[in-house]
Amino acid sequence: MTELAANDPLPKPKRDLAPILLPVALALAMIPLVGSPSTWLTLTAASLAMGMMIFIMASGLTLVFGLMDVLNFGHGAFIAVGAYVATLVLAPFAASMQADSLWMNLAVLAPAALLSMAVSGALGLVVERVLILPVYGQHLKQILMTTGGLIVAEQTLYALWGPQIIPMPLPTSLRGSFILGDVAIAKYRVLAMLIGLAVFIAIQLVLNRTKLGLLIRAGVENREMVEALGYRIRRLFLGVFMTGSALAGLGGVMWALYREQVHASMSDDLTVLIFIVVIIGGLGSIGGCFIGAILVAMVANYGGFLVPKLALVSNILLMVAILMWRPRGLYAVTSR
Amino acid sequence: MMLLSGDPPRSRVLTLLLVVIILALAATPFLFPGAKALNVAAKICVFAALVASYDLLLGYTGSVSFAHTMFYGIGSYAIAIALYGMGPNWAAVATGIVVGLPLAALLALAIGLFSLRVAAIFFAMITLAVASAFQVLASQLSWLTGGEDGRSFQLPELLRPGTVLISKNLFGFEINGRILTFYLVFAISALMILALLRVVNSPFGRVLQAIRENRFRAEALGFRTVFHLTYANCLAALVAASAGILNALWLRYAGPDTSLSFSIMLDILLMVVIGGMGTIYGAIIGATIFILAQNYLQSLMGVASKAASEAGLPLLPGLLHPDRWLLWLGLLFIASVYFFPTGVVGRLRHGGGDKSAGASH
Repeated sequence: MTELAANDPLPKPKRDLAPILLPVALALAMIPLVGSPSTWLTLTAASLAMGMMIFIMASGLTLVFGLMDVLNFGHGAFIAVGAYVATLVLAPFAASMQADSLWMNLAVLAPAALLSMAVSGALGLVVERVLILPVYGQHLKQILMTTGGLIVAEQTLYALWGPQIIPMPLPTSLRGSFILGDVAIAKYRVLAMLIGLAVFIAIQLVLNRTKLGLLIRAGVENREMVEALGYRIRRLFLGVFMTGSALAGLGGVMWALYREQVHASMSDDLTVLIFIVVIIGGLGSIGGCFIGAILVAMVANYGGFLVPKLALVSNILLMVAILMWRPRGLYAVTSR
Repeated sequence: MMLLSGDPPRSRVLTLLLVVIILALAATPFLFPGAKALNVAAKICVFAALVASYDLLLGYTGSVSFAHTMFYGIGSYAIAIALYGMGPNWAAVATGIVVGLPLAALLALAIGLFSLRVAAIFFAMITLAVASAFQVLASQLSWLTGGEDGRSFQLPELLRPGTVLISKNLFGFEINGRILTFYLVFAISALMILALLRVVNSPFGRVLQAIRENRFRAEALGFRTVFHLTYANCLAALVAASAGILNALWLRYAGPDTSLSFSIMLDILLMVVIGGMGTIYGAIIGATIFILAQNYLQSLMGVASKAASEAGLPLLPGLLHPDRWLLWLGLLFIASVYFFPTGVVGRLRHGGGDKSAGASH
C-alpha cells in the first residue's frame, strides 16, 4: 500500500474496462464470420440502433431496481402507453408526416415524443403512489401488484384503441438509407443512435456531475445511509421512477416507429428483453445497462443473420454466459 | 384426517365450500347436462392441481416463477406429440408420460441450479426469460409441435366418446369414454392435490415455510436451503407437467394457446392470489371461482356491454366488452393484493367464520 499524504487527491477508482471491450470484441470477432464487410457494417449499425432503443427503455428500470429494490414487472406498460399516445399526435398530422421535409416531419415527431414522455411520466407518478408505495420492501407483492398493473394497462389500451394493430409509418424523410459505397445504413437507425447516445450522455452527466446524481448513486449503493443523512429518498425515488417511465414512453415511440406498428402486446416481448438487459448489466448500473443493451442487440442481429434458428434462444445463452462470468451482472454497483 | 395430512380446512364455511365444489365436480356428468358444463368441470380439476403446484412455490417458498406454464406445456406437448406420432394406443400415452415428466423435472433442475448462481431477486426474471424463449421455440419447431396450430390427436379406444361402457340404464345415463376420461382427470387431480397437501405438511414443507419467512435464518439453522428450493421446484414442475398431460388428454389437443401462453401464467397467478397463497385449499377455491367467471361471467358482460351501447353511454361498451374481462380481473387482482393478501381461504380462516382463530390476528 502506498502512503497518502493528507492533501493528496484521493486515488482514482480503478476503471473496469473488460465489459466495455466486450461488445467491441464481439463485433470484431464477427467480421470473418459474416464475411462481407458491407453486410457487417449494416448489421453493426442495426445492432447499435436497436441497442440504443432498448437502452432507453431499460435505463429507468435498472435505476428503479437498484435504487429502491423494487421489482417492477409493469415497466412494459409505459412502453406501450408511450407508443399509443404518440399515435394521438401522429394520426391527425399524417399529412405533415408524409411531407418530404425533415423539419416538418420532426416538427410533428418531437411533440409526439414529448407528449408520450409526459403521459408515461404522469402514469409513473400514479403507479408509484398507488401500486408501489404500499408494498415497499416486499418483493412478492411488488411482482403481483405490478403484474396486475400491467394487465390493467394493456386491457385499458385494448378497450380504448381496439385490439387491432395500428400502423405507424415512418415519416418520409426518415425512410430509406444513407448509401456509403456499398454500405446501406437506414436513416431512422442513425436518428435512433443519436437519440440513444444523447440520452446516455445526459443520464451520465446528471448522475456524475450533479448533486442529484450523487444522491441517486449513493442511494443505489446504500439506501439507509442516504436516509440517515437526512435526504428524503422516497421523493428522490419518485423522481427517478417518473423519469424512468417517461424514458420508457420515449423508447416505446421509437420502437413503434422502428417496427412501424403499435400493439399493446409489444410490451410483453420487450419486457423480457429489458429484463435480460438489466440482469446482464447489473442492478442499478447505467453503464452496464448500456453495454448490456448493445450486447443483446448484437446477439439478436448477428445471430439472426448467421444462425437464424439460434436467434430464439440466443438472448438466454448470452445471459447465461455473462452470469457465469460475473454472477451479479457486468457492473455490480449495489451492496445487495 | 390422514387423507388431508392433518391439515383440515380449519373453517366451517371453507369446509362447506370445498365439499360443495368437490361434490358438484364429481357429479357434473349427471347433474349438469351438456358438453360445456363437463368441459368447465374438467378444466377446474386440471387447474386446481396446476394452481396447487404453483402454490407450493409461491405460497410455501415465496419464490415467484413465471415458468410454470412451461412445465404445463411440456406435459401437454409430450402426450400430444406421442399420441400424434405413435397413433392412439396406450404405449403412446406411456411414452408421453415417460418423456414429459423427466424432461420437466430436468429443466426445473437446470433453472434452479442456474439461478443459484445469481441473486435470488433475479429468479422471477430468469424464469420469465426462459419461459418466453421456450414459447418461441415451441411455435418455431413446427415439424414437431405443429407451430401455432398445435397438435390434435386421437385418444386410445377406451377413452373416446364413442365408446359406450354402460348403455342407458334405469336412470337414463350413459357412461361413455368421455365420462371415463373426466373421472380419470378428476381422480388424478384429486390425488395430486392430496399429495401436495402431504408435501407441505411434511417436515420438508415446514422447512420451505421457514425459508419463505427468513431464508438466512433457515440456513443458519443448518438447512440446505438450496437443496430444498430446487427440490420444491422440481416437484412443482412434475405436478404441473402431469396437469398438462391431463389437460391435453381432455382436450385431445395441445397448442400454444391452451398450454403455453403467457396469459395462462397470469391466470394461475390470479387463481393463487384469489384463492389464498400458502394454503393449497386456495387452489381449489381460486380455480373454481376463476374458471366459472371466465366461462359464465363473460356472457354476462356481453349483455351488459350491449345494454350500455344501446343506452348510448360512451366508453362503457368498450370496457364491458366480453374480451375485456381480464381488465376487471386485473383490477380484482390488485384489489385482492391490497385488501385480502391472504385470499379467500385466509379470509375465511381468520376473518369471519372462525372467531377463535380470528382473535389471534
